[in-house]
Amino acid sequence: MSVIQVRNLTKYYGKARGIVDVSFDVAEGEIFGFIGPNGAGKSTTIRLLLSLIHPSSGSMTLFGQDVAAHGPAIRRQIGYLPSEVYYYEGMKVRELLQYSAGFYPGDWRQRTAELADYMELDMGRRISDLSYGNKKKVGIVQGLLHSPRLLFLDEPTSGLDPLMQRKFFDLIRRENARGVTVFFSSHILGEVQRLCTRVGIIREGRMVEVSNIRTLQENNYKKIRLSAEGLSAATFDLPGVTNLQSDNGVLSFFFRGDINAVLRRLSELPINDVVIEEPTLEEIFMHYYE
Amino acid sequence: MNATIFTHELRTRLRSVLIWSLGVAALMLLYFSFFPAFADQAALMKEMMARFPPQMSAAFGLDKLDLSTVLGFFSFVFLFAQLCLAIQAANYGFGLVSVEESELTADFLLSKPVSRGQILTSKLLAALGSLALTDLLVWAACLAAVSLFNAGRSYDAATLRLLLLSLIPFQLFFLAVGLIISLLVKRVRSVTPYALGLAFGAYVLSAFSGIFGDVKLELITPFKHFDAAAIVSSGALNTPLALASMAVVLLALAASYWLYIRRDIHAVS
Repeated sequence: MSVIQVRNLTKYYGKARGIVDVSFDVAEGEIFGFIGPNGAGKSTTIRLLLSLIHPSSGSMTLFGQDVAAHGPAIRRQIGYLPSEVYYYEGMKVRELLQYSAGFYPGDWRQRTAELADYMELDMGRRISDLSYGNKKKVGIVQGLLHSPRLLFLDEPTSGLDPLMQRKFFDLIRRENARGVTVFFSSHILGEVQRLCTRVGIIREGRMVEVSNIRTLQENNYKKIRLSAEGLSAATFDLPGVTNLQSDNGVLSFFFRGDINAVLRRLSELPINDVVIEEPTLEEIFMHYYE
Repeated sequence: MNATIFTHELRTRLRSVLIWSLGVAALMLLYFSFFPAFADQAALMKEMMARFPPQMSAAFGLDKLDLSTVLGFFSFVFLFAQLCLAIQAANYGFGLVSVEESELTADFLLSKPVSRGQILTSKLLAALGSLALTDLLVWAACLAAVSLFNAGRSYDAATLRLLLLSLIPFQLFFLAVGLIISLLVKRVRSVTPYALGLAFGAYVLSAFSGIFGDVKLELITPFKHFDAAAIVSSGALNTPLALASMAVVLLALAASYWLYIRRDIHAVS
């Protein structure tokens, strides 16, 4: 069953483009990655699905129900972690979490305490006294405490230190193992690759690709920059090399394929310096879709 | 109606309600405690006020008031209470939903399993509860002031009750108009300047309409719809104006629901 079904969804803010003609499906139990540079329309899509904003045209269903018609019932099953977390500053963490839990029938005190404990969140503190990372933790507990069936995570890792990021990913994997569907938006390709089974790539408001993470990885580019004695562009005339540029004895290019081919060629050269790195998402976009 | 939101709203506003109502209550007790002195010197006072420029007397409604009577003096003092309560009600109206957006908590609230209509209803009811609590405290202070400092002079208790009750529609006007304005503008960054503007604007309009005589600005300001001096001198509400005021309230509320349900809540930028 499709938990999320989006068809030809379009949103304009006046004349400004939000998203255009976006369609995709997310199956139950999936971790769906949603990547794109800032301003591509990731948050717009999530905000539409949550009815925070209203579409210009197109249709959306969650759990098979129309979002506009059954908003409150649908949202009972949803957890949402916004990219920027802001809460009622005068409240203590515990009060905020109780307020949040009050919207869902049932007793969520034990689960709240467990989640706060796991995320190392002190519930006795005032929200106004919390650091950005700690506010983010409040957001995580708040989004999960009512045991939602569908999670919207909008750039969830910003502000979390690497250790907490790992704990958070483990938590998401555990929830996913219980059958929770996760919609994970990010502009960091690496974290999407670590967690997701399928990804949608959005650029300038349009969904340019929805594919398996494995397909994307096979198309994985490396960005290589090196300087060496007697270097010429012809040295790296290999299959899989693109965008080869030579500048003042420094050679840079993108490579896609078996990295050993490049390494063998490198070992034959008197290298001064070499950098092999992940291209930024922008660079992937530029070359992936040439 | 959502009990969770209602309770949260009431609790968040409790401090503000207590400060406003105790402040206004103290003001009424203090000002009205001067009545015995005024009543004793009534003849002297009248002589002095006759020398005021007529525009100034009109601006404070002094031309229609007899400060030597209990209710005449009370209605003069009551103007200050009206002004304070107008600011308070406008404050709650402007902040009712805009505060969630300016403090960026709208994402939290609106992703909960409640409809926009429910949110607005719960918030409105909580605001009405806050205003009702304020009224109870202010009424108690007014009744206490009048019975303590009436200098043994008689007054019409029914007119006093009517005057006190007129606070309710008066506050509703500022609550509802504040709310609809907050939904018509793109973003309310800070509530207080709007609230002060609306309350003082309405007051100044009413004062000016006294000065210019036949300019009909009083039709749009609740300070005229529920003019204390007029209520005291006639012993009744000006029914057409009071009804017009309530019509504005109903229209503003209906339009607020319409706008709020369709409103786009923009992301933090």
